[in-house]
Amino acid sequence: MLNESMIAVIIGVVFGFLNRLFMLRTDYRQYPTHRHGKMIHLSLGVIAAGLGAVAVPSLIDENYTAITFLGLAAQQFRDVRNMERQTLSKLDQFELVPRGLTYIEGIAMVFEGRNYLVIFAAFFTSLITLLANWRWGIVAGSLTFIVSKIYMSGKNMQDIADIVEGEVRVEGPHLYVDNIYIMNIGLEVNQEIIKKHGMGILIKPKTGNSLVTIANLGQRQAILHNLSIILGVYRDSGEPALVPLSKRDLENGNLGVFFLPQVKNIKKALEIVGLVPVLENAVRLPSESEVNEKG
Amino acid sequence: MSTLEKKILAVVTLNGEQVLSGGAPVFIAKTPAEMQRTAFLLEKIIDGIAHDLENDSIIIVRH
Repeated sequence: MLNESMIAVIIGVVFGFLNRLFMLRTDYRQYPTHRHGKMIHLSLGVIAAGLGAVAVPSLIDENYTAITFLGLAAQQFRDVRNMERQTLSKLDQFELVPRGLTYIEGIAMVFEGRNYLVIFAAFFTSLITLLANWRWGIVAGSLTFIVSKIYMSGKNMQDIADIVEGEVRVEGPHLYVDNIYIMNIGLEVNQEIIKKHGMGILIKPKTGNSLVTIANLGQRQAILHNLSIILGVYRDSGEPALVPLSKRDLENGNLGVFFLPQVKNIKKALEIVGLVPVLENAVRLPSESEVNEKG
Repeated sequence: MSTLEKKILAVVTLNGEQVLSGGAPVFIAKTPAEMQRTAFLLEKIIDGIAHDLENDSIIIVRH
């Protein structure tokens, strides 16, 4: 009953699933939501692990039809991305400070990508188990965690920009963060609220490439969203005067972030902005273009 | 929710002579305090934002 291929499949599935478990983190974003959301992704993880692990024995048995099922699986996981995108976009309408489509697309992409990583981990583990023995299989399985870890980590804002406190100034109806014009506030009531609760952050890009990334509206929305999730937000629906905003200094590409937090703690705020992930879809590398390479 | 965006929804002014009605209702106030009060109420009711034009007029807009 427990022949070689069966052992390979079991070890493959176990390591594939452990990989998914390892990559499924629910943090301050509370996404995937606890219990049910997690259950969905863990179940999909088991399926992905199963597919990857079974592929090897069937390949060795020269059962090529079974391999084509991997193609079917890819379609399945693309649907996962679609599902996440749709759910998140719908929910985003009810956020006081929305995530923005770029952030959502990034999250959806991660869900799809991680399932492929699980397939890869299960495939690799079961391959090594079959070719060598179960001991080497376990070693190979442990190695896949390192690969997953590498693919899991992306850059953060602090890697591409300097983040410092900016002074919030209200001059008449005009609102500035340092010397960056944010907006015109007509009501004195709101001007008072902003003087009391307003917080300003200045994001200075480190290179020409990061300048373009930081200018991306999706990236800017992600910064505002993360700030408001962690520090709370001093506003309600239908209060556009108190909406957090980010504006660029056109001269040097600095970004001025204006924000009304529930908890006014600039040290935490700077840290939060520093840890905002750089969205894959916002990254541009103008330095890689032929025009710029010629100097 | 149907909304009028990027349009001036209302004008509150101390100086009725410098505003010509072009579709948006104009509220004429006698004192700056009254102007602020009317603009405040309009902002809350329309869910818009009040912008000060620095010529004794405030407009209410939705972005």
